Amino acid sequence: MRTYEVAFIAAPNTAEDDLSKLNSLIQQIVTDRGGKITKVDNWGRRKLAYRIGKFDEGVYTFVHLEGSGKEISEVERRLRVTDFVIRYLTVRTDEALKRAAKLKSKRKVSLAPRSPEDDFDLDLDLEDEELMEEI
Amino acid sequence: MAEMETEERGGKSPRMPRSGSRRRRISRLSAEKIDYIDYKDVKLLQSFIAENGKIMPRRLTGVTSQQQRKLVEAIKRARTIALLPFTKY
Repeated sequence: MRTYEVAFIAAPNTAEDDLSKLNSLIQQIVTDRGGKITKVDNWGRRKLAYRIGKFDEGVYTFVHLEGSGKEISEVERRLRVTDFVIRYLTVRTDEALKRAAKLKSKRKVSLAPRSPEDDFDLDLDLEDEELMEEI
Repeated sequence: MAEMETEERGGKSPRMPRSGSRRRRISRLSAEKIDYIDYKDVKLLQSFIAENGKIMPRRLTGVTSQQQRKLVEAIKRARTIALLPFTKY
């Protein structure tokens, strides 16, 4: 199972109605293809870092979903043909999150106190004998 | 021949200690143990771009190369959906 984040920006003059309609449509597209929407983040109106078309601000929505990947192409097509969506971005997150979790667990291991036996792996007696032979 | 010998001498060149305030030994990424750099975390990413919107080189920020690669990806994503600027004159 893969996890994705689909972000899109709607034009600031979009009707609330249209936006919620689009949201439920995306929900339907994803569930129809066996995916699952895990979270929807609405940031609301936000100033854009740069002008897009003739807009200085936009309505941000982030949809977190999991699925096989087949859902994405249809969701993206939908976003492309929807006029009030001025920008969208899909990011696959499962691999990066897994890597982050691994880093985290690795750090925990290295932070764990070392057992005292670790310090005795040098066999001092043997070293002395070898030195004697050399002399 | 003589030239090659002098090159191999490998003495320490007197390096000036950098006094710039932008140079940091340990970045926030390591200090706060951030493993997943989210492109939506505008505040964090902003601390790694310069005034004009450029991505800061890691010799100024002190992040590791792995962290820099993740940072670059996140910053570029944030730029795509207009969370960060490409340029600020």
